Amino acid sequence: MRVAEKKKTYVEDIERTLYDIRDADNASYKSETGLTEEIIRDISARKHDPAWMLDFRLKSLATYNSLSLPTWGPDVSELNMDEIVTYVRPNAKMTGNWQEVPTDIKNTFDRLGIPEAEQKQSLAGVGAQYDSEVVYHSIQEDLVKEGVVYTDMETALTEHEDIVKTYFMTLVPPHDHKFAALHGAVWSGGSFVYVPEGVAVKIPLQSYFRLNAAGAGQFEHTLIIVEKGASLHFIEGCSAPKYNVTNLHAGCVELFVKEGARLRYSTIENWSRNMMNLNTKRALVEKDGIIEWVSGSFGSHVSCLYPRSVLRGEGARCEFTGVTFASKGQNLDTGASVIHAAPHTSSTINTRTISKAGGKATYRSAVKVTKHAPFSKCSVNCESLMLDSASRSDTLPVMDIEASEVDVGHEAKIGRISDEAIFYLTSRGIDEDEARAMIVRGFVEPIAKELPLEYAVEMNNLVNMELEGTMG
Amino acid sequence: MSNTLLELKDLHAGVEGKEILKGISLSVGRGEVHVILGPNGSGKSTLMNVIMGHPKYTVTAGTIRFEGEDIAKAKTFERARRGLFLSFQTPEEIPGITVENMLRTAKQAVTGERVKILPFRKQLRAMMEELRIKPEYAERYMNVGFSGGEKKRNEILQLLMLDPKLALLDETDSGLDVDAVQIVSEGVAKYHHAGNACLIITHNTRILEKLTVDRVHVLISGRIVEEGGAELVADINANGYTHIAGAQAGE
Repeated sequence: MRVAEKKKTYVEDIERTLYDIRDADNASYKSETGLTEEIIRDISARKHDPAWMLDFRLKSLATYNSLSLPTWGPDVSELNMDEIVTYVRPNAKMTGNWQEVPTDIKNTFDRLGIPEAEQKQSLAGVGAQYDSEVVYHSIQEDLVKEGVVYTDMETALTEHEDIVKTYFMTLVPPHDHKFAALHGAVWSGGSFVYVPEGVAVKIPLQSYFRLNAAGAGQFEHTLIIVEKGASLHFIEGCSAPKYNVTNLHAGCVELFVKEGARLRYSTIENWSRNMMNLNTKRALVEKDGIIEWVSGSFGSHVSCLYPRSVLRGEGARCEFTGVTFASKGQNLDTGASVIHAAPHTSSTINTRTISKAGGKATYRSAVKVTKHAPFSKCSVNCESLMLDSASRSDTLPVMDIEASEVDVGHEAKIGRISDEAIFYLTSRGIDEDEARAMIVRGFVEPIAKELPLEYAVEMNNLVNMELEGTMG
Repeated sequence: MSNTLLELKDLHAGVEGKEILKGISLSVGRGEVHVILGPNGSGKSTLMNVIMGHPKYTVTAGTIRFEGEDIAKAKTFERARRGLFLSFQTPEEIPGITVENMLRTAKQAVTGERVKILPFRKQLRAMMEELRIKPEYAERYMNVGFSGGEKKRNEILQLLMLDPKLALLDETDSGLDVDAVQIVSEGVAKYHHAGNACLIITHNTRILEKLTVDRVHVLISGRIVEEGGAELVADINANGYTHIAGAQAGE
């Protein structure tokens, strides 16, 4: 006799099995743990830095030593830099051919679906970083002909030194905060994108950052310049297997959006739960330019991430869309910052945060409308959902308005799943677990639909469905 | 097979230790339409919620049988799968879940079968047209930003799509203009046939015009104080509750 199919659905964490597969540590070189001038000089020499870059690193180190830890946000005192390996060179040279990537590293990226997405032409270019260095980079030929540059930062430093020197760490100067200084001292890898005037890159470029070595740090630098009237969608993904020691991610992203240009920067961050994710991202937007941030924060032990958009030109726009999911043992402090510095600029911040199983999720934002930015518009909508009473959510939106004639809207909601909503759905025959899952999916839906397709699938794993068929 | 769908016997229920229903007995058979009348606060909505199994209420005594089986301990979704349906007085807004997706999920849940998208969508569009709901509402989030009338029509849409055995209608006609009441009552009439039944709370006779009322129960202070045929509706509309036996008995 056939027994009715039983269906079990529950709100689960991200399925992590895929990310947790570790490779054997085959690194060709690792720096000593800790942070000394000797280590910085050694990294710089191994990377064949020009002299000005070594100088930059050493000055950053001095700045790092002079700054104290931030006094706000999550406690990061458990991070002991003396135990962090800041540079891990994988046993591979950068190539444009997956066949030349060492098997263990290639398998990792295969599992993450990167070469497959590239083959299906859903990506116009791919960069893959493993520990401290980029091991694979490619870009479609027609984009190269149009003058688009997409490469690792090391190559950019050799082949486009003037551009790098002009922009590198000007938006995020090392003295900005302690981890920016750290980044300036030990940065390695990352992506460089240059889109010439008027060129529309129609298919996204994607860089994927993978940290395999235990106790290591990843400090990739992403520098993107989108010239006048050009457009680009850039996607970054990050993950790491879990270890029992602390790993550190202190990357830096600098985006320059020129007049009338448009840049969409999508991130899915799924670091393992031993990661301190202290990342700094900024965009400078000129007249009528548009920066769109799409940000998914699911992993890490502690995250501090507040991408900042500086709207410097008249009519510049920022749209920030973010989702954060904090589960057991996670303290995710995320949000956005916008500085309106010219008239008729506009910004929209739309975020959802979820906390469960004792996780803590904080939404933090700062919007400043300077006196140079009359007739600007700003709208903030942040909503939080706590799935149980052990979890915590906070929203800390700050607005500082110095200009007149400004249109500001703000809406914040913190809540739990309402019993009446569950009753409504169950009264239609939907079981309680599925009803909860539907409500959570519905809560993040406005964000999920902004994510790149392959990551929307990952997003759906947030609210995992498990079907169990039973035959009697 | 018995013709009885729902049978309540001496049902006592309440919330947080406060008894609201103080011994309700009634029986609804297949093909029947029952009406519950009563002043505000008499326990009508509580009765509907208790029949549907709202976890907020506790049944302290008595039985709830559906098709002969005791369902007093069954969970709400199990009752829905057995064929009960509640049209809410104030339907919930559920952001992020479209009308179409929710209804398809619900249809799969109550039928236990996979519902194919295309035929389902065709049926949904046809029903929406009959209820004069604009087709784009299928893609809107459940009740979010709907007017009062649109929410009620959306309840009837769910009733028609899920096709339960017993429809509990909690003031589905309240707060509606004349045209909307007309649409809703046509929807209920379309749903009703000899194989199913309706239990209706109403303050309005118009929703009943297209139905044949079999039985009227007057609920006051958690007790059924009067029962009769369709004529009782007109009587109460004309004379109110004060003359009903037991209404002021000070029990």
